[in-house]
Amino acid sequence: MTEPRIEYRIDRRSGVATYVQIIQQTEQALRLGLLEEGDQLPTARAVVEATAVNPNTVLKAYRELERKGLVEARRGMGTFVRRGLRTTPVDSGLHADLAGWVRRAREAGLERDDVTALFSSLLDEHFPQEAR
Amino acid sequence: MTGAEPAVEASGLVKQFGRRRPAALDGCSFQVGAGSVCALVGPNGAGKSTLLDLAAGVSSPTEGSIRLLGGHTPGEVRERVSYLAQDKQLYPQLTVAETLRMAAGLNPGRWDARYAADVVEQGGVDPGTRVRRLSGGQRTRVALALALGKRPDLLLLDEPMAALDPLARKQFTGLLMAHVAEHGATVLLSSHDLGELTDTCDDLVLLGQGRVRLAGATDALLDAHLLATGRGTVEDLSAHTVVDSRAAGRGTTALLRPAGPLPDGWSTAQPSLEELVVHYLGAPDAPPLDLSAD
Repeated sequence: MTEPRIEYRIDRRSGVATYVQIIQQTEQALRLGLLEEGDQLPTARAVVEATAVNPNTVLKAYRELERKGLVEARRGMGTFVRRGLRTTPVDSGLHADLAGWVRRAREAGLERDDVTALFSSLLDEHFPQEAR
Repeated sequence: MTGAEPAVEASGLVKQFGRRRPAALDGCSFQVGAGSVCALVGPNGAGKSTLLDLAAGVSSPTEGSIRLLGGHTPGEVRERVSYLAQDKQLYPQLTVAETLRMAAGLNPGRWDARYAADVVEQGGVDPGTRVRRLSGGQRTRVALALALGKRPDLLLLDEPMAALDPLARKQFTGLLMAHVAEHGATVLLSSHDLGELTDTCDDLVLLGQGRVRLAGATDALLDAHLLATGRGTVEDLSAHTVVDSRAAGRGTTALLRPAGPLPDGWSTAQPSLEELVVHYLGAPDAPPLDLSAD
């Protein structure tokens, strides 16, 4: 049996809905390779006992992850990772491109917040999302 | 709300303590769906404890009725309901272990001794300690062990976390939510801590002066309201149900229930649960909204 390996950290002041935080942290764990195909997500009971959030919130997040095709619920067994999210390995060249860009931004005198704002606006432009 | 048969159904509840005093509950109706975690909020004296007493069958309504777990009177389903009142009814001279044994005797067939002992021990409470030597937080934990050890289908909790430090609160809520996850139980709990409720509750009932002011799924209640800010006056919003408004610089900010699009120039945001409740508390005459039967 695969031991659940991630713990969710719920930040009540972030303004991000709790179920969205669970989705984001799961996706992050998939990107970082902390979770891989076949790994089990913690049970709803384990998550709510540790985080003190409502079970329906956890189930909502897991349903959304399932809808995205990232995990699957196996009846009576739990929720398992269907595929990882390591689409851009560190050595793909994208990482180096971005690192170079960040370095140039800093040399040009941009502050951290300026870089974040610039990057977010480009993300919004190229990856439009429905409004929260 | 979740579930077909409501776990709690209050209809026209009135509770009068003496003829000269205003009614503690004054025509209170709402439903809580099975499997829901429902927060009961309102100012002191709003009738929260009176309502929980009626639900637990500790007292009887002057008028109206309360039905539990699919149409039963509180007396008919007593063994399926746990009630944690504000004054935790524990015997100070008993040890924790004796207290748990007594609870086992009172709940034949349902009692989960292992689970109750776990709840106590996870809190670092020594079973050999007499109840009168326990801190407020430890007493609450023993009371929670008694409430959960019954494996109840409905939990009624009256400000259960008032005596707890932040870590103990999180553990308490975690245990409660784990029981809900595992057992599909319904919870009705009163609290003043609105921030804490946001992540734990499916539904909300706001009481004021013995009446229901808001009831329903928290998402639905939030969706029914907008915080609007603009340069105009509250008169510009007369097409909508304005709950509460105040000056914002040269303009106005208002919590309202929109009846259609707002006039041009007003910016809107969805209120948080905390903002919603605070605005209603600040506006005792605002019209009530009950979405709990939807």
